[in-house]
Amino acid sequence: MADLRLDDATPEEAPEPGRRPGELTVLEALRWAWRQLTSMRTALILLLLLALAAVPGSVIPQRGVDSLKTVRWQTQHPDLTPIYEKLQLFSVYTSVWFSAIYILLLISLIGCIVPRLAVYWRAMRKQPPPAPRHLDRLPDHTSYDTTVGASSVLPSAAAVLRDRGYRVLVDDEAGTVSAERGYLREAGNLLFHVAVLIVLVGFAMGGLFGYKGGVIVVVGSGFSNNLTQYDDFVPGSLFNPDWMEDFSFTIDRFDVEWIESGRGKGLARKFVSALRYRESPESPERTYDLRVNHPLTIGRTEVFLIGHGYAPVITVRDGNGDIAYSGPTIFLPEDLNFLSFGVVKASAAAPTQLGLEGFFYPTYLKVDGNPINVMGDDRNPTLSMLVYAGDVGLDDGSPQSVFVLDKSETEQVRSPDGKPFRVDLQVGQGITLPDRLGSVSFEGVETWNKVQISRTPGKWLTLAGVVLALVGMLGSLFIRPRRVWVRVGPPTEQGPGAGTMVEVAGLDRSGNGDLPTELAAIEAALQAQVPRVSEESS
Amino acid sequence: MSDTQWEALSNQAVAACGALYFLALLAYLVQWSALRTVPQAASAAHAEAGSVAVATGPAKTVVADPHRAALTGRLGLVLTIFATAIHAVALVARGLAADPDRVPWGNMYEFTLSGTFFVSLTFLISYRRLALEWLSPLVVGFVVTVQMVAVIWLYAPVSPLTEALNSPWLVIHVVSAVIATAAFTLGGIVSALYLFKARSPEAGGYLARVPDLRTLDVVAYRLHAFAFPVWTFAVLITGPIWAHQAWSSYWNWDPKEVWAFITWVVYAAYLHARATAGWKGRKAAYLALIGVATLLFNFIGINYFSTSTQHGYANSAPSQVDG
Ligand code: HEM
Repeated sequence: MADLRLDDATPEEAPEPGRRPGELTVLEALRWAWRQLTSMRTALILLLLLALAAVPGSVIPQRGVDSLKTVRWQTQHPDLTPIYEKLQLFSVYTSVWFSAIYILLLISLIGCIVPRLAVYWRAMRKQPPPAPRHLDRLPDHTSYDTTVGASSVLPSAAAVLRDRGYRVLVDDEAGTVSAERGYLREAGNLLFHVAVLIVLVGFAMGGLFGYKGGVIVVVGSGFSNNLTQYDDFVPGSLFNPDWMEDFSFTIDRFDVEWIESGRGKGLARKFVSALRYRESPESPERTYDLRVNHPLTIGRTEVFLIGHGYAPVITVRDGNGDIAYSGPTIFLPEDLNFLSFGVVKASAAAPTQLGLEGFFYPTYLKVDGNPINVMGDDRNPTLSMLVYAGDVGLDDGSPQSVFVLDKSETEQVRSPDGKPFRVDLQVGQGITLPDRLGSVSFEGVETWNKVQISRTPGKWLTLAGVVLALVGMLGSLFIRPRRVWVRVGPPTEQGPGAGTMVEVAGLDRSGNGDLPTELAAIEAALQAQVPRVSEESS
Repeated sequence: MSDTQWEALSNQAVAACGALYFLALLAYLVQWSALRTVPQAASAAHAEAGSVAVATGPAKTVVADPHRAALTGRLGLVLTIFATAIHAVALVARGLAADPDRVPWGNMYEFTLSGTFFVSLTFLISYRRLALEWLSPLVVGFVVTVQMVAVIWLYAPVSPLTEALNSPWLVIHVVSAVIATAAFTLGGIVSALYLFKARSPEAGGYLARVPDLRTLDVVAYRLHAFAFPVWTFAVLITGPIWAHQAWSSYWNWDPKEVWAFITWVVYAAYLHARATAGWKGRKAAYLALIGVATLLFNFIGINYFSTSTQHGYANSAPSQVDG
């Protein structure tokens, strides 16, 4: 990067007399800065910076992507967290420095394409430029002698070039044909860069006015679309909750097909949630089979099925014999076989609060004394949890705390022999806790669905933008702009029958490097009409 | 045929095409040894003139045994074509071995198998257009090596696709990503050759047989110019469409997406570099290599550094593309 000098993008203007070189007026400085910003070199550097700036977000957990993981990482790295927090490394893609790079790139892009639109417009209507004086100095150049007179070579050459899609200008006086093609390449390039702007606008609309939220719904229960019902909710910065559509749904049934044999045995597929929904409280009730990859669209909001799991129904009675906790408890799957982890916080338990933490085995089996989970279907549902007594804290409603038991103020409950007391239960069983703490019973198993609900304004604009960008890019990469000149002159060898020397030369402006092939084809087509002097007649 | 039979067929086909690629490599090595001669000084002048078409072969050399060279070269090409055909059989059989039948890119092994197939296919398709004969030993050597790595370290038995992967968009998305990856890889190989050649233009041996710098640059550009729109289609059009259907938002900034985007930006920078004075040639070639590095990192490295995501069904899948 040694030669990234800022001043080599534009030719330096000669300093005015009476001023020291290098001294600039404010206006000149601004102009200079603008030219730097909109230069190709700056665009290149900014692109590389953007790529570099995107890296940390792929290595450090991002709050907007996985908040639970971010919190876990932060508790594991207490020293780094404040530093990272300052550098906005937990939200890279909305950070000041990331935004700065792409906004600069945006300005550079606008400053780059707007002036070029006018240039392109003029170039578009221009005739091909006159032939250079010395065609033979162009790198791609051929010539041959023909017996045909100069005046009839030029029309033939013009026809050949026109056939090949060139815009042609014949100059009889100078004895040249100028031809150019590939005018649309620049249009493609401009279209591409404008389309990048469109994509960014669409993307920003989604980010500013949209929202994305997730909720875990136990099968059999329902959801209505307002803020309080979400487990996690990420609104755009300009999002207004009044825009939320007033729909509601109930999940009646959830079906999974378990692979019974062969490859992938024990895995699940074909998840279907049978939904009943209303678009608004007044509208009629409809049904929909919600499946993965098949979202339900309600107005401008979409509802997606993105996960499922088990919710064992657990009841905790406290030391007084009162029910301190009861209901389906959401356990999060840890692996493909749905070995699931969950937490119970019986903060209402008296005299001592109780907390449970442990695993749910859908199909439990004891092999050589070790508990294993055979598959994801709930064929032998079993709970295995440890118990903690003490202050488990009040559920403060933040989404991740439901799945984390804060054990700092508690003590583990132990059996009389001093070993940790285990609550190992199958459906219908109950167990009494030591020290008159209470009892736990396992009443049944329900399932839950993780439903993602989102509204993404501008998504069609974004899609249109990328498609246009692709079209423009194809034009820009594959349309070959070329200039070709044909000149007639006196033959190289005087003699009977010799008439005219035909020179063909060209310039390739695309960098594809296939001009020689093109020139050869042009020459061949031309020789079909204006034959080369044969060996005998020369 | 039963699934197990299909799987066995696939494994046999992989072994067979591996052997054929290897034989092709041997044929090319014999060819190169037959061609091992002193390059004439003309080659330097050649590069200067700057008027060499893509179709122009390597600089003039005195061939020790032209007959043997031509024969082994043709043999190598025929073997490569056969190997690629059997490679295709291996892929199809792999897809048929799953229940239900599916596209053969459920895990790293299958993805690598598909990737090497497309490297070889892309090479054969552009063989004549770009006059790539000189690239043969490198391509065949690359394919054989990567395939061996896949068989030894990445092999995984066939398993069904998880639900989120069961979408036509996935098929389009992955096939275009693999094709683009293959073309980028070829482009990267050519760019690396460019850099070697630029460092020691007078070097003998293999480098003397490689076309001049201008041709290398143009060949690399054309491979990249093909790969870039395909990559755009894969990661910025079909990927987001599929992500939107499966996960509710078309762009999640998850590590795979971030790296696909980084790759895209690096190659956009490559294309800009080629049009920027002072960045043409060497620096552009370095960017092409960085591009390949980001591709590889996305494919392999990110699985170890990743901060994985919340994407329920897609995430916990053993047989997802991401491996
Ligand atoms: C968001 C920022 C940008 C992106 C993603 C981007 C991307 C690209 C891509 C992919 C190409 C190659 C395809 C094509 O030729 O159309 C390209 C070419 C080009 N870009 Fe950009 N660009 C950006 C900003 C800029 C800026 C700020 C400038 C002006 C300085 C610029 C000037 C050009 C030019 C002149 C070409 C044609 C290069 C050639 O002749 O091969 N771009 N750009």
